[in-house]
Amino acid sequence: MADKQEILSGLAEIVEEVAGVAQDDVSLEKSFVDDLDIDSLSMVEIAVQAEDKFGVKIPDDELANLKTVGDAVDYVANNSK
Amino acid sequence: MSGLLAGKRLLITGVITDASIAFHAARVAQEQGAQVVLTGFGRLSLVERIAKRLPEPAPVLELDVQNPEHLDTLADRVREHVDGLDGVLHSIGFAPQSCLGAPFLDAPAEDVAKALEVSAYSFKSLAVATLPLLGQGSSIVGMDFDARVAWPAYNWMGVAKAALESVNRYLARDLGPRGIRVNLVAAGPVKTMAAKSIPGFEELENSWGDRAPLGWDTEDPTPVARTICAVLSDWLPATTGSMIWVDGGVHAMG
Repeated sequence: MADKQEILSGLAEIVEEVAGVAQDDVSLEKSFVDDLDIDSLSMVEIAVQAEDKFGVKIPDDELANLKTVGDAVDYVANNSK
Repeated sequence: MSGLLAGKRLLITGVITDASIAFHAARVAQEQGAQVVLTGFGRLSLVERIAKRLPEPAPVLELDVQNPEHLDTLADRVREHVDGLDGVLHSIGFAPQSCLGAPFLDAPAEDVAKALEVSAYSFKSLAVATLPLLGQGSSIVGMDFDARVAWPAYNWMGVAKAALESVNRYLARDLGPRGIRVNLVAAGPVKTMAAKSIPGFEELENSWGDRAPLGWDTEDPTPVARTICAVLSDWLPATTGSMIWVDGGVHAMG
């Protein structure tokens, strides 16, 4: 299981690259849509990059459930090899 | 390498995620021996990442079908990877939100025009852009959703698909003398980014399996991909201007 702090910082790098959100703004309680203003296609790109980076599979149905950064960190932590 | 598409050089548009119908068409085509070049729109970095998930990583060219420069330079850019084309897949469509799921009677003309240009006129644009690369026996395929009838939610995209079906017939007429076939594959609903962006489309997805004599799995893009590859192959050599259904048989039911 990957360390959650590492996952958060890795995820923040991806979010910055894809959506131009400053890494410091990517904190666990933030909602991707409501707080970080990320659209659905950007979410897909973030998910695809996260899959490549962390070696997880994020099915579309799961992606819809990942509302906050914390949800995504937990999902990666629980599903990475 | 042997296979249905051994030695074929294909240009495949419309990959955005690994759920895209075009992604699976590219995958099956490679499995059948084809060499594939992709085009992407907008999010090239995403398309390039997805292209690496194919059995053979495929090059990605930028193509916005509304951009004349992209179209004019397409043949030369394709030639950097392959010396010609045996097939082209058009898997491109877009309609503004007012045209899909929203009240049909309220869509403004400019939004409808955009839907028609991107989803139907572009079939002609892509054919013209790739024409210098296409020889006798090559095949152009477009993605359709049966537009002979009205559907829930599909609205002005259905009108655009009806236009696409007509464009298909005229392209078949004009490209036939060059030995180029032009056909549409009319697929049942598959859960893709495009399908998810249509509010109310689940209604169709959920009932399709019950209405299809062969059944239908909206999670399985492979039947559609295989049908596309069949039409791109040499095995429908006298078929053009046609719509080939891959819908489990729903179109034939009353």
